[in-house]
Amino acid sequence: MSTPALSIKGLKKNFGPAEIICGVDLDLEPGERHAIIGPNGAGKSTLFNLISGLYHPTEGSVKLKGEEITGLPPHVINRMGLSRSFQVSNIFANMTVRENVRCGVLYSLGHGYSFWRNVGNLREVQQKTGEVLERVGLLDKAHLPAALLPYADQRTLEIAITIAGGADVVLLDEPTAGMSHSETDRAVALIEQATAGKTLIIVEHDMGVVFNLADRISVLVYGQIIATGTPEEIRGDPRVREAYLGDEDEQQVLAGGAQ
Amino acid sequence: MQSNSVQSYEHLAPSRAVKIRQRFVPFVVMAVVLLLIPFFDPSRTMYSLTAAMGINIVFALSYNMLLGRGGLLSFGHAVYFGLGGYAALHAMNAIDAGNSAFWSNYPVFMLPVVGFAIGALAGAVIGWPSCKRSGVPFAMISLGVAELVAAAGYMFGSIFGGEMGVTGDRMVGPQAFGLSMGPVEDVYWFIAFWTFVGTLGIYAFTRTPLGKMSEATRDNPERVQFVGYDPNRVRYLVFIFAGAFAGLAGGMSAVNYEIFTPESLSLVPSGLVLLMAYIGGIRYFTGPIMGAILLTYMQSMLSDYSEAWLLYLGLLFIAIVMYAPGGVAGMVFGLLEIFRHGGAREMLIRRVQQAVGVALAFTGLVILIEVAVRWSNGYGEVFEPFGLHLGIDTPLSWILILGFFGAGFVTLRLARNNEEGHA
Ligand SMILES: Nc1ncnc2c1ncn2[C@@H]1O[C@H](COP(=O)(O)OP(=O)(O)OP(=O)(O)O)[C@@H](O)[C@H]1O
Ligand SMILES: [Mg+2]
Repeated sequence: MSTPALSIKGLKKNFGPAEIICGVDLDLEPGERHAIIGPNGAGKSTLFNLISGLYHPTEGSVKLKGEEITGLPPHVINRMGLSRSFQVSNIFANMTVRENVRCGVLYSLGHGYSFWRNVGNLREVQQKTGEVLERVGLLDKAHLPAALLPYADQRTLEIAITIAGGADVVLLDEPTAGMSHSETDRAVALIEQATAGKTLIIVEHDMGVVFNLADRISVLVYGQIIATGTPEEIRGDPRVREAYLGDEDEQQVLAGGAQ
Repeated sequence: MQSNSVQSYEHLAPSRAVKIRQRFVPFVVMAVVLLLIPFFDPSRTMYSLTAAMGINIVFALSYNMLLGRGGLLSFGHAVYFGLGGYAALHAMNAIDAGNSAFWSNYPVFMLPVVGFAIGALAGAVIGWPSCKRSGVPFAMISLGVAELVAAAGYMFGSIFGGEMGVTGDRMVGPQAFGLSMGPVEDVYWFIAFWTFVGTLGIYAFTRTPLGKMSEATRDNPERVQFVGYDPNRVRYLVFIFAGAFAGLAGGMSAVNYEIFTPESLSLVPSGLVLLMAYIGGIRYFTGPIMGAILLTYMQSMLSDYSEAWLLYLGLLFIAIVMYAPGGVAGMVFGLLEIFRHGGAREMLIRRVQQAVGVALAFTGLVILIEVAVRWSNGYGEVFEPFGLHLGIDTPLSWILILGFFGAGFVTLRLARNNEEGHA
């Protein structure tokens, strides 16, 4: 078995007396698409914050491609090849769409804190920025200030910034939240295409998206993973059904019904 | 997929015409203005005014690297100006002394480079602890540092020269560009050169990856971490550059005035540079330039006319903060926008109405202040504009004050009603 792209062991996080993440173990194969589902407040975003370095775990460890990243600051983890998006769009609102994407590109192309180059003359940066914009379909809106984008486009930009740096482990936190059906379909196609060959963890409430996209699914409830498996296994898992009991829609999807 | 990779995205960058119009032309205009000024045969006063403006332009621009571009509110930016200036003066004296081969061959013209280096060094040392914080803690630290350095300035007499400061003589050492640095014309060329270089340098900085990430960090310090940047590192580097360019301005000042006192490190000039940048407009690159020109003018001209000029400065600042947060530059570009998009006649009329209203009310306020200041001084002096006699007990004074206030108020009201009518 190859080194897992991401390996989480005994991860715990307390906020004061509240245990939000209570012992999560998870190994991701390189190239795997892994979905995390679970009810509101289960700790999905907190898990992302722990993995990406925004929060420090109370206990446990996270390894990225075999390297310990527990306790490292977010920018270091990002440089090691892990990138994430946010549930609430977290973009550079005063900049144009193109500048937003460029912010995501600069470091990965080795222009870190450079103060001796003119960004306008960086061919590679320009090229990469253009490619990302084209790929996500924001090329025609490149010159709009990000704050003026319609909601769905802001979500797309969020993804664009996340993938711009070329990280090979990508964490997406509810990328389709609040999108219409057609917008969701487009976003899913984009995610599929943009993360081809990469390791993806996606938090998603839309079961249709989850079962379409994921190789494996983990169910997070009250800070614990109660089940991990292929979509078929999860569908049939009685504990998962129990966790979602009462939610008719989800029940239907889980049962493989009307879709 | 493969075919995409050969596609070029050069069309995404601003077109050549736009680049020339927005980046090249302004600097050509600036250079032409700087070159033409001496041909109008300015008086000594005008020369010293332009010199002060040049120094303040670079100083205010360097301050805006922090406030406008980096989102860092500093109350102690004069520290770097002052330290750079002192360093330049000491270097000037070393040139004069001629004890070392290096300094005796160093032209006074190049002293701002010394200011730049020492400003950067001071920024690197002081910024190391202070840039670990942002927001309010950063502002408080900058205030503390300013107090501390100014106090040290008064204490360490051998370096800062005590109350009297350190003086120098700029007509020493080898000449550069055939300038003896004696006559005001020579000093003018020196100031013009460094104003241009400083402005160009600070502008160039905004175009670098670090400059861009400085803006990104200002807007969203959380997100920059997830594209590989340490926001504290970005702030620290920006801080060093801001210190360096402030030091450059300090070096210009050292050569121009041939004196630096510990006062120059204090909160007073730190506050003034904040006002220049803010009144000019921190969201625009040219804002601090406009603010520096305006405030320097007010400082030297208005202070001759009225001892209450600081009061007017305070009023201007408050008015800008409350009603025109874009500053002078915001108003100028706002007007240009209206002109460009023609057809917005109502908008223009409203702006004129507002301007008239503000001018009227302000005139009332000026009369009130000028009358009151003279009365309060108690020397029996009386405000006498245009041959009028306006004492505190003259009815005409009060009629004028209330009349102007009233007229201004009504005009502003009209403008606002118009606005609501159109909204
Ligand atoms: N910084 C924090 N301090 C205290 N409590 C927190 C903090 N962040 C999250 N929590 C709590 O942790 C719990 C899990 O939150 P989290 O945002 O991870 O849930 P989630 O699974 O992402 O939910 P959703 O589906 O609504 O996004 C919530 O009860 C939340 O209030
Ligand atoms: Mg969440």
